[in-house]
Amino acid sequence: MLIINNLKASIGGKSILKGITLEVKPGEIHAIMGPNGSGKSTLAAVLAGREFVEVTEGSVTYLGKNLLDMSPEDRAKEGIFLGFQYPIEIPGVSMVNFMKTAVNEHRKHNGLDPLSASDFLKLMRDKKELVEIDSKLANRSVNEGFSGGEKKKNEIFQMAMLEPKLAILDETDSGLDIDALRVVANGVNKLKRPDNSFIVITHYQRLLDYIVPDVVHVLYDGRIVKTAGRELALELEEKGYDWIKKEVENNVLS
Amino acid sequence: MVIHSIMEKDQDKILSDVTSGEYKYGFYSDIEMERIPKGLSEEVVRIISAKKNEPEWLLDFRLKAYKHWLTMKMPAWPNLRIPEINYNEIIFYAAPKARPVLNSIDDIDPELRKTFDKLGIPLNEQKHLAGVAVDAVIDSVSVKTTFKETLAEMGIIFCSFSDAVKEYPELVRRYMGSVVPYTDNFFASLNSAVFSDGSFCYIPKGVRCPMELSTYFRINSANTGQFERTLLIADEESYVSYLEGCTAPTRDENQLHAAIVEIIAEKNAEVKYSTVQNWYPGNKEGLGGIFNFVTKRGMCKGENSKISWTQIETGSAITWKYPSCILRGDNSTGEFYSVAVTNNYQQADTGTKMIHIGKNTKSTIVSKGISAGHGQNSYRGLVKVLKNASNARNFSQCDSLLLGDKCGAHTFPYLEVDNQTAIVEHEATTSKIGEDQIFYCNQRGISTEDAIGLIVNGYAREVINKLPMEFAVEAQKLLQISLEGSVG
Repeated sequence: MLIINNLKASIGGKSILKGITLEVKPGEIHAIMGPNGSGKSTLAAVLAGREFVEVTEGSVTYLGKNLLDMSPEDRAKEGIFLGFQYPIEIPGVSMVNFMKTAVNEHRKHNGLDPLSASDFLKLMRDKKELVEIDSKLANRSVNEGFSGGEKKKNEIFQMAMLEPKLAILDETDSGLDIDALRVVANGVNKLKRPDNSFIVITHYQRLLDYIVPDVVHVLYDGRIVKTAGRELALELEEKGYDWIKKEVENNVLS
Repeated sequence: MVIHSIMEKDQDKILSDVTSGEYKYGFYSDIEMERIPKGLSEEVVRIISAKKNEPEWLLDFRLKAYKHWLTMKMPAWPNLRIPEINYNEIIFYAAPKARPVLNSIDDIDPELRKTFDKLGIPLNEQKHLAGVAVDAVIDSVSVKTTFKETLAEMGIIFCSFSDAVKEYPELVRRYMGSVVPYTDNFFASLNSAVFSDGSFCYIPKGVRCPMELSTYFRINSANTGQFERTLLIADEESYVSYLEGCTAPTRDENQLHAAIVEIIAEKNAEVKYSTVQNWYPGNKEGLGGIFNFVTKRGMCKGENSKISWTQIETGSAITWKYPSCILRGDNSTGEFYSVAVTNNYQQADTGTKMIHIGKNTKSTIVSKGISAGHGQNSYRGLVKVLKNASNARNFSQCDSLLLGDKCGAHTFPYLEVDNQTAIVEHEATTSKIGEDQIFYCNQRGISTEDAIGLIVNGYAREVINKLPMEFAVEAQKLLQISLEGSVG
């Protein structure tokens, strides 16, 4: 699905990612954990195609294609979805209109006709039920005046609508109460299939109580310093990120 | 800081990419025209009047206006940079030569018909837009009014201004100049002296006009000015929804359009007047384009009357107009909903005046300015509450949206309140289309161009919703096209 090889990237001349190598196979859930400032969100930004991040070295192959050559909208239409850490408000643009445009762009890309209004509304209804979000959300402008939890749930709803092959959730759990967290996690679990993959970026382990990852990576100072199974998340929870920091420093010294 | 400057650079590129859309209506039709020599003099005013076989009173009106105009200077208060206009280089009268008495669609000059076909304006009643009657005005002369007979059965008069002068002189005489006197302002005086045609509409007492009435203005000839007048009278208890559209060929020189629209709403009458203004805006470097200097004013004369202006202004090199309402009748209502786009080097100074005279009068102003490229967009509005206008209410909302950092948005609200019971509210916001918003759309598979269309239409939705259905869709497309190439 996704092969990242020795990826280095900088923002405004400052090196952030210092050689990341990672492979995500279909059906896998990868968790990327790490302290603040370790480069987690920058990695998500590179994968989604944000222009302010400059890739200086390495490659990213997605479904056999060079991902870095693709425009952000083509990546989206090829099945990459980014759940934003801070979802953006677009005043005056209704969720219905926004999603209809997005869904039909995806369909056009796949050689399908646009959905009729009634089919589209039915799709919205089904997905809203699936991710258990308030049906009033759809009548409001995109993220405008949404609470933090509503914004995150809305990201999961959009993910359900667009059915991505690879979903990257950038700290979707931050700032959520336990109910919202459950909604987000349930959304992911319901959408999980053998042929799609998730990269869940999170600071805390608690999301991983609900979403069970196949692989956990720890990102520190622009590098993946540890990769293991689910137990790594629990170990991190117990020992804290200082443990990782110390370990990295010891490795450098020895 | 470094990050910031990189992002700005991207945004500049984006902006310059999206603001390079082309004007679709820039063609010129080769129609045989009758023109008088260039320049303006008393003689020219007399010629125009004579060409139209006008009665003495109308010639008098023109001459008085002309004499008054000679005493006036072009006002300098707008926030516009206007090159000097040489009135001796303008042709003040041009009309399609073959202006026959039209009995059927087949009598129209085929070239002329082609022109309107290209514009998507149906002159053929068989192929009409669902429920819209059209008066087509080319270079100041009305060439065809559709559905005249159907409307006449209900007593509705919808015809060219010239025909109205001949057939309903009493109505014209009684109302013309009653809302916009010939002394009103520089361009109103000029128009009053030299206007060549326009639309006339009268809705009789108690009649609800069953279809949209529409005037379509087209400037075609070179070096001509277009000076038309629209006079719209809604008698007691009547209702009408009226729409005007306009386009012009692509030319390097500026052309002057100075029109007057007068509306009178009697007791319990309601008039909705919508404009989709798409005159040629000039090219990307700011060469050419129409100077659109228009006086539009409605008088809510009777109790409970209502006049509502909706305008989508995407065209013209310079737009200078303030569709206004005089709220004379008690309990009368005035509304102004506007979206004005300035892209490239376009300039707009537009807004409204709400003059509260009667008791319990209400006005609403919603103005949405969109600036891109080097465009300059000003909102200028006056809310005036006179001494006897007790319980007057006004709500104004002026929003500005900026695309890029080379354009400008300005707001000049004036409030003059002489009655203590009045409630006047004013809200204003300025926002930018953020790179974040565009990226968010991109990430959902929406291209930058579509994202801008979506965001701009979302921003303007409140105003677009006020347009008649058939035109709302057109207006949305137009907004997107006029900003094409402005953000990327």
